[in-house]
Amino acid sequence: MADFIQLLVSGLATGGIYALTAVGFTLLWQTSQTINFAQGEFVMLPAFFVLIAMGYFGMPFWFAVVVAMIVTVITLGIVFKKLIIDPMISHGVLPIVIATIGLAILMKEAVREFYGADAWAFPPLAAATNITVFGAALAVQSLVVLGISVAAVIILQLFLSGTRTGRAMQATAQNANVARLLGIPVERMILYTFMINAALVMIASLLITPIYLAKFTNGELLGLYAFIAAIIGGFNQMRGAIVGGLILGVVDNFTAAYISTQYRLVVPLFFLIVIILFRPQGLLGRVEERTV
Amino acid sequence: MRAFRKPAAILALLACLAFLLVAPQLFKPYGVFILSIWAVMTVAAIGLNLTLGYAGQVSLAQAAFVGVGAYITAWMTTHGWPFWTTYVLAFFVCFAVGWVLGYPALRVQHHYLAFVTLAFNTLLYLVFRNEEWLTNGIYGISNIPRPSVLGWSMNHPHNLYYFLLVHLVLISAATWLLIQSPWGRAFVAVRENPIRALSLGVDTRRYTLMAFAIGAGIGGLSGSLYAVLVQFIDPTPFALGATPTGSLSLLLMVVVGGSGYFFGPFLGAVVAVLLPEWLRFAQGYYLMAYAIFVIGLMVYCPTGLLGLLDRMFSGKKKPSTEIESPAKTAAEVAR
Repeated sequence: MADFIQLLVSGLATGGIYALTAVGFTLLWQTSQTINFAQGEFVMLPAFFVLIAMGYFGMPFWFAVVVAMIVTVITLGIVFKKLIIDPMISHGVLPIVIATIGLAILMKEAVREFYGADAWAFPPLAAATNITVFGAALAVQSLVVLGISVAAVIILQLFLSGTRTGRAMQATAQNANVARLLGIPVERMILYTFMINAALVMIASLLITPIYLAKFTNGELLGLYAFIAAIIGGFNQMRGAIVGGLILGVVDNFTAAYISTQYRLVVPLFFLIVIILFRPQGLLGRVEERTV
Repeated sequence: MRAFRKPAAILALLACLAFLLVAPQLFKPYGVFILSIWAVMTVAAIGLNLTLGYAGQVSLAQAAFVGVGAYITAWMTTHGWPFWTTYVLAFFVCFAVGWVLGYPALRVQHHYLAFVTLAFNTLLYLVFRNEEWLTNGIYGISNIPRPSVLGWSMNHPHNLYYFLLVHLVLISAATWLLIQSPWGRAFVAVRENPIRALSLGVDTRRYTLMAFAIGAGIGGLSGSLYAVLVQFIDPTPFALGATPTGSLSLLLMVVVGGSGYFFGPFLGAVVAVLLPEWLRFAQGYYLMAYAIFVIGLMVYCPTGLLGLLDRMFSGKKKPSTEIESPAKTAAEVAR
């Protein structure tokens, strides 16, 4: 039982990180039909911004985080949209997929070439101690990770449903043409989603890098998990991505513990295939209308 | 295709062929080896071009089929089977698996299909890596024997090169015939507008499955040739990305060359396989430059390099249905 609770909590913690990544992913899809194949690399990169700010400019950790957040929102949010997505948005889904695959290669190679291929230590957000609950030793780090990701998602949800800008963004996601007719600056709303996505991957990066160390290949698996989480929950809904991420984290952890570490990826992949085939709109998603 | 009807293009093609024929005299053994790799990867990309470029079905699983073909040949030839048996078997096994993988394509399209095939590729990679009794896991299968044809041993690099070149020519000729046949037209019809194709009596279901199966079968042939060429097989080349033989890399090859253009894969493989070797001094920078180039190409001309040529030769931009890319159509269908 103690094992079970431990696995559940650490699964939820990594699941929270997957959820953050997946939420950004679905936001981009909803507002601009962007499938970002570089989403995993988006999570990998901000950690290196922090390391560069600390190592080369001698900033203290928290100041480096703030600087890295600004840099991330500018590069992975604004520049990414203006430079890469905007010029090809009219070409359709596939060219964006290909271009973001290219972008993923570029980011990986750039980090390897300019920073190094090693795994670098990254300051944790919480001390590496455990607290005991019902006989289960829970890592404080897991709890902090879970808390931060839940808080981030709640703030985002409050922003989307509680503010004027947030509701305008939802309108843009639901039907860009009607939103434009209603006087919503659709372009700017899309830009905001890209910036929010950048902020989310920055948070995910802060949470996951202390666990996995900062390495240029970190994004490969994370990107895959973000896709799977988004698809399990439902591609066109934020709630879906959250549920999908949490389920995925827990299932992944239990598979590794109770079934097989070699085949731990099989269960999520199997989930992915089954859900796509039998419920393509995801567990919580709505059916997307089809046009002929 | 239009550009290639011009005499200049035919001349260029003949020049390329002549170059390929005399290449072994011009290069050191390593250069010949790299050209051989190019021929093998081109075969794999031809298969993917059939699935993606002509039939418009996104597949991120081509490397898995190359892997299946490679493992079939590797395992069987090291257990005493003749090469040709394994070659034929590689085609049919991949054909069958590709057929099965085609079923998801009947239900979902575009990015969903990309994810299903991506998952499939990762699953097969795990099988290659973990089923040690069959594939010898990460240690791989080594000492794969090379066949001899009519008493010519393929152990000499030049012989092997010509052997692979002949396969490339034969496979591309067969693909060319297939594309020109009513089948090829049906593939394009499925790509351009499945609903219209269906209403005109094209069995879209069958042709979608066929597009996957034949593309996969050709991938299997490529894998079989790959095993003979490198003589050592481990799971790494058949993963999703990272290596030149990975599925993402094959996808980029097809798209960069020009998906839906017959010679797209040849050109794409030049960019992805040959250029990195010739530009070795650039090392990691090459991949970065390649990535930037891919992004730029997608922004400026999503139909790839041949699409770009086509556009330059035909003067103005002509969005005729014949040369329209599947990517563009995908956008229309998605709307």
